[in-house]
Amino acid sequence: MTSALLVDAALVLLVLGLALWITAARAAYGAAVGFVAYGLLLTIVWVRLAAVDVAMTEAALGSGLTGLLLLGAAARLAPYEAAEHQRRPGPWLRVLVGILCAAIAAGLAAVVLLLPDPAPSQALAVAAQLPATGLANPVTGVLMAYRAIDTLLESVVLVPALIGVWSLSTEMAWGGRPGFLTPWRSGSALPLLARVLPPFGILVGIHLVWAGADDPGGKFQGAAVLAAMWILVMVAGLREPPSVSDRLMRFLLIIGPLCFIGIGAAGIRLAGAFLAYPEAYAKPLILAIEVGLTISVTAVLGLLLAGPPAPEPQYQRRSRRRS
Amino acid sequence: MSGTTLFGLCAATLVGLGLYGLICQPGALRKILAFNLIGSGVFLLFGVIAQRGGGVLALAGTGRDGDPVPQALVITGLVVAFAATAIAVTLLVRLAETSARGTLEGDEPPPQAPPDEPRP
Amino acid sequence: MSLALDLFTIVAVTLGAIFFLAGTVGLLRFPDTLTRLHALTKADNLGLGLVVLGLLPQTTAPLGWIGLIAVWLLALLSGATVGQLLAEAVRPPEWDQNRTPDALPNVPPNAPEASSHD
Repeated sequence: MTSALLVDAALVLLVLGLALWITAARAAYGAAVGFVAYGLLLTIVWVRLAAVDVAMTEAALGSGLTGLLLLGAAARLAPYEAAEHQRRPGPWLRVLVGILCAAIAAGLAAVVLLLPDPAPSQALAVAAQLPATGLANPVTGVLMAYRAIDTLLESVVLVPALIGVWSLSTEMAWGGRPGFLTPWRSGSALPLLARVLPPFGILVGIHLVWAGADDPGGKFQGAAVLAAMWILVMVAGLREPPSVSDRLMRFLLIIGPLCFIGIGAAGIRLAGAFLAYPEAYAKPLILAIEVGLTISVTAVLGLLLAGPPAPEPQYQRRSRRRS
Repeated sequence: MSGTTLFGLCAATLVGLGLYGLICQPGALRKILAFNLIGSGVFLLFGVIAQRGGGVLALAGTGRDGDPVPQALVITGLVVAFAATAIAVTLLVRLAETSARGTLEGDEPPPQAPPDEPRP
Repeated sequence: MSLALDLFTIVAVTLGAIFFLAGTVGLLRFPDTLTRLHALTKADNLGLGLVVLGLLPQTTAPLGWIGLIAVWLLALLSGATVGQLLAEAVRPPEWDQNRTPDALPNVPPNAPEASSHD
């Protein structure tokens, strides 16, 4: 047993322990806190699996922003929790479900143990094509060139998700400002943090996007950091969330997918296929797409957490203008 | 038994745990949490496959090795899973606001729902 | 020379880990939220600081050093803010009526001699 195997075994035990806590905790708030810690431990697991880009995305999105979402929901749903516990399934049903889930887990474990050796890999094919894109980070190369259609569809699908969240407002509140991020009213610690941290956070976010071309990083990780800074400013009460009828904000939401589709369509003329890049201009075009996508994904992530428009009186000043 | 296989078995256990939580937990927010557990288990399985496909690039030994295609798919999956969780959580909060309960069972009438705001 | 640096790393990181252990014991054994916050923030600052100090010889100067120290400073900043927010949330309400807790008068509120207090 080498020391690396011991570290991996300890990590696995911690991750499984936290997963058990999330499943078995009495209060939803405790389970949500456990979920944030679980995401951070998974980040270390991803680093052990030699996937640093995925580790950054898991820390920023999977643990940070998802944790924020779940903590807010747990706080809002706390009054209705007591009624839930009376509706648990009976013990025999739970035993049966436990056996079936254990069988499914055993099946997946068998798949893991029977994976082919030597493992098939596309790493060599990616490495052969990577210099043509001008990038040095193979994951960014796959995201922007080999599986560019996946990234395009992913950035497009975020906008209907946001529209879905907005559509859950009440009739009177449509057109107003989102209401999930109620500002913290007392004390000065949070506004101080919201004044000191965002300059550094914005620098870190932009650096992550820029460095993603050659080193681990990329637009999703950078956009998550930028969105977190924006959310911090909103929660501290230093800025109000933009109203959902704001034209500039709506334009910023779609500028990323529009850039992507535009450059992809131009590729039909210039390089022969949708989303093909002409040889000499690959890197500048990819960077242009990344800048547009960073702006859009930052806006979408921040607004997904801000929630649907709320009927609070102070947020209804601008809602006369229906659109 | 290498570290990678250990992580693969961990991923299988996470999927099983998440599935149990999804079926047996009565509250919808706990179900969403369990669903995220299943998702992270599946992503870990992708990560195991990606790590096993490494060792062939010039980056071998730098800790950034691995098959980049499954890694890129996992990054895409993480972002889309976050968006789906956001919609699910917002739906749940809206359900709780209008019908004063946090579960999805519809077999009994919900407690007195607060009247919605009057239309103009 | 590198042996001395490795020894320094091991000693400093071990000391940092001991502080984290002490903080966790405090989290589990202290009676209420404010004392637990005290244990956590002390362990966080000093423990992380020692771990960062121990890792400094293992990275390239100066960018690696700036990165590690920036991590420690950011953790300090966020830990201090979260400590303040939690303490505000659990502060007992009677602390707001008088400036210091031990100035609470032990008389009924509508007694005539209590009217001279603010």
